[in-house]
Amino acid sequence: MTKQLLKGNIAFAEAALRYGLEAYFGYPITPQSEALEHLSGRMIEEGRVFLQAESEVAAINMVYGAACAGVRTMTSTSGPGYSLMAEGLSYIVGSEVPVVVVNMMRGGPGLGNIQPSQADYFFMTKSAGHGDFHPIVLAPASVQEIIDMMGLAFTLAETYRTLVIVAGDGCIGQMMESAELPPMAATRQSRPEWAITGARGRDRNIITSLYLGPENLERLNHRLQAKLARIQANEIRYQEMQVDDADLLLVAYGTAGRICTSVLREARKQGLRVGLLRPQTLWPFPEERLAELSQQVRSMLVVEMSAGQMLEDVQRVVQGRVPIRFHGRMGGIIPMVDEILDDVTSLVQTAAA
Amino acid sequence: MAEKTTVAAATIPEIYEPVYTYPDSLTEVSTHYCPGCVHGIVHRLVAEVIDELGIREDTIGVAPVGCAVLAYNYLDVDFVEAAHGRAPAMATGIKRVNPDKVVFTYQGDGDLAAIGTAEIIHAANRGELLTTVFINNAIYGMTGGQMAPTTLSGMVTTSTPTGRDCLLAGYPVRMSEILAQTAGAVYVARESALDIAGIRRTKQAIKRAFLAQIHGLGFACVEVLATCPTNWNLEPWSALEWAKENMGAFFPLQTFKMTDEVKALGTR
Amino acid sequence: MRHIETVFSGFGGQGILFAGQLLSYAGIAAGLYVTWIPSYGPEMRGGTANCTVILSEEEIGAPVVRHPTAAVVMNSPSFLKYRSLVKPEGLLFVNTSLIDIKDEEEDARMILIPASDLATELGNIRMANMVMLGAFVERTGIVALDAVKEQLAEHLSERQQKWLEPNYVALERGAALIETQV
Ligand SMILES: Cc1ncc(C[n+]2csc(CCOP(=O)(O)OP(=O)(O)O)c2C)c(N)n1
Ligand code: SF4
Repeated sequence: MTKQLLKGNIAFAEAALRYGLEAYFGYPITPQSEALEHLSGRMIEEGRVFLQAESEVAAINMVYGAACAGVRTMTSTSGPGYSLMAEGLSYIVGSEVPVVVVNMMRGGPGLGNIQPSQADYFFMTKSAGHGDFHPIVLAPASVQEIIDMMGLAFTLAETYRTLVIVAGDGCIGQMMESAELPPMAATRQSRPEWAITGARGRDRNIITSLYLGPENLERLNHRLQAKLARIQANEIRYQEMQVDDADLLLVAYGTAGRICTSVLREARKQGLRVGLLRPQTLWPFPEERLAELSQQVRSMLVVEMSAGQMLEDVQRVVQGRVPIRFHGRMGGIIPMVDEILDDVTSLVQTAAA
Repeated sequence: MAEKTTVAAATIPEIYEPVYTYPDSLTEVSTHYCPGCVHGIVHRLVAEVIDELGIREDTIGVAPVGCAVLAYNYLDVDFVEAAHGRAPAMATGIKRVNPDKVVFTYQGDGDLAAIGTAEIIHAANRGELLTTVFINNAIYGMTGGQMAPTTLSGMVTTSTPTGRDCLLAGYPVRMSEILAQTAGAVYVARESALDIAGIRRTKQAIKRAFLAQIHGLGFACVEVLATCPTNWNLEPWSALEWAKENMGAFFPLQTFKMTDEVKALGTR
Repeated sequence: MRHIETVFSGFGGQGILFAGQLLSYAGIAAGLYVTWIPSYGPEMRGGTANCTVILSEEEIGAPVVRHPTAAVVMNSPSFLKYRSLVKPEGLLFVNTSLIDIKDEEEDARMILIPASDLATELGNIRMANMVMLGAFVERTGIVALDAVKEQLAEHLSERQQKWLEPNYVALERGAALIETQV
């Protein structure tokens, strides 16, 4: 395979298909509609299931149904549509079925606009629906990374029988970049034994999130919490750049994260010792590594396309050991390298003084 | 808002009688709609009706999510912007606490017939004192031309690249026929804004639908067949022709329900 | 190091996004890292369109830049915007068929190309984007003109293939203008 110029939305859709996606259900919403459009042709060509639902409420419940039947399934959406899916996401986690959802974040709240944003961080990592749970949240920063993360998302969803959210933004969805698609994989030959496929020759399966007795429901919750602990122990992913000698650590994910690689390059040119920690999993959050780094750097700058959401996780982990400054843009504005660089220089100067 | 300038006064000699004036309820701003889009025509009809009924200061509009999301830029009345499909629910809330005001929703086919199906059917069935103007252009305009619930069989859209296959994607839905079945609806009609005669009839229907509300009779909805030249990939004129040839056959122009009380109102 | 940060800007329908994509395809074929990001949204309807294209030997961080090193402007609003944004040592390719520049407005960054007129002369005003791209490639040397031609043959839709030869000519005319200006 060679590198091609690929649009983020089409890249993740095609990648999902090549990683064995068997059923896609979705509803159009900018800035991710190209994914649905792409799959409307490709899934049918490949003899798989594609359906445009009447709403995101319907779409996520179609996905829920297909996941209970044991097939590899997903949907993709953005802001308002993601809000509508929250109920379904909670049922999916409570029923312990594997599902992948792509949320191409856009400016909010409300109808907001269709420009890139990272303002759904809390909603995805802390409170993706009612009840006690966290989904696994992956944060790609490039077209190549979202391609690769689709494969990872299915693997994690199926390994832990849980919900995986791929948290992109309008920038990742709309941009074209040189990237390489995976080869076509065959779809799975058999369904997992827990799936509802008709009880021919076996005991029947029941998939439910209803546990009327509080003791039973608490038992389920303990099991879910144990699963979350396993995920925290095994699935943290992040990328680091030049942290070894860094005085100042940039912390940013997704589009803000890749912008910070440019900031870092410029700062280094000016002789400033800047490093970058870019979480690739937002939940589980790279807590241990961040705590370690907080012992070795003098200050941190968190950059987000929001009012400061991941910032709260950084503050929680760093516990005041070093000063943390925040650079955020809202409303669908992408922060520019020069404005972040200004903060970097002033932070380094204050720390030196 | 800027003062309205009456072009007519400056340039037209007094001996002429004005037969065409700019509606008071329509703002004088340039449009964001594509060339040849029918939304603009229907906006104007709504504005004319509001003027003729003298209700500009007592009317509240509920905008959809769809190309008409910015209806409030053009219709000079109090306005709110609803979540996608929820306009009838939001309008219900507004009307229940403002019973003396005239409340209308203006919705596209994706908004009303896909994501908002439950809200419109229940508002109609409750007989909410609301007026709904429903633009059926057989496509999702705003998001780039995906299949709508009203997309005709075989029609190519960005999410039915080889044409709508009804066995897989479902059949186009006839909303007016469904709404007419609800007990609370007093007036349900389908008109078209594809030619002059159709536009005239559409205006009468919209007026009737507002009058039904003003007289406290029940829920009223006017579906208007329209075009989306941009996403149909047709020139505006061919789009009108295409719609007349193809949409009319599946979506008959008809008054599906009109109670005697509504009939008695006339449209004056 | 080969590295360019450029904006293509003009009316929707002037082939702005396509010109940027063509440059991107040629960049990938030349082994460079490439990002292409469009302005998207309701303003695309009939309004202005632009895309930012970065080609580099280095992996690309920020896909958008405040001060591009080059800009191709096809209409007046784009000219007014990017005149103040392009770096002092950068390049501003101006479609003078649609943009009136007064003598005192001219500066060293500007490369004046009557692209829409030339394209009309060559048979279709819509090839103005290729005239500009020809000039851009010739002046910046970021990729070879032949590489752009190759990509054009590959990415012109089937319906448009009859315009392939004329588009080649448009690219060459743009490039030739640079040769004579230097
Ligand atoms: C919950 C939610 N889902 C999806 C969208 C994206 N969206 C915006 S408008 C629209 C459909 C518009 O189509 P229609 O109602 O037919 O109106 P038109 O634009 O054709 O006038 C969609 C799906 C949204 N804003 N909110
Ligand atoms: S996209 Fe279609 S419905 Fe929307 S403004 Fe343009 S023509 Fe009208």
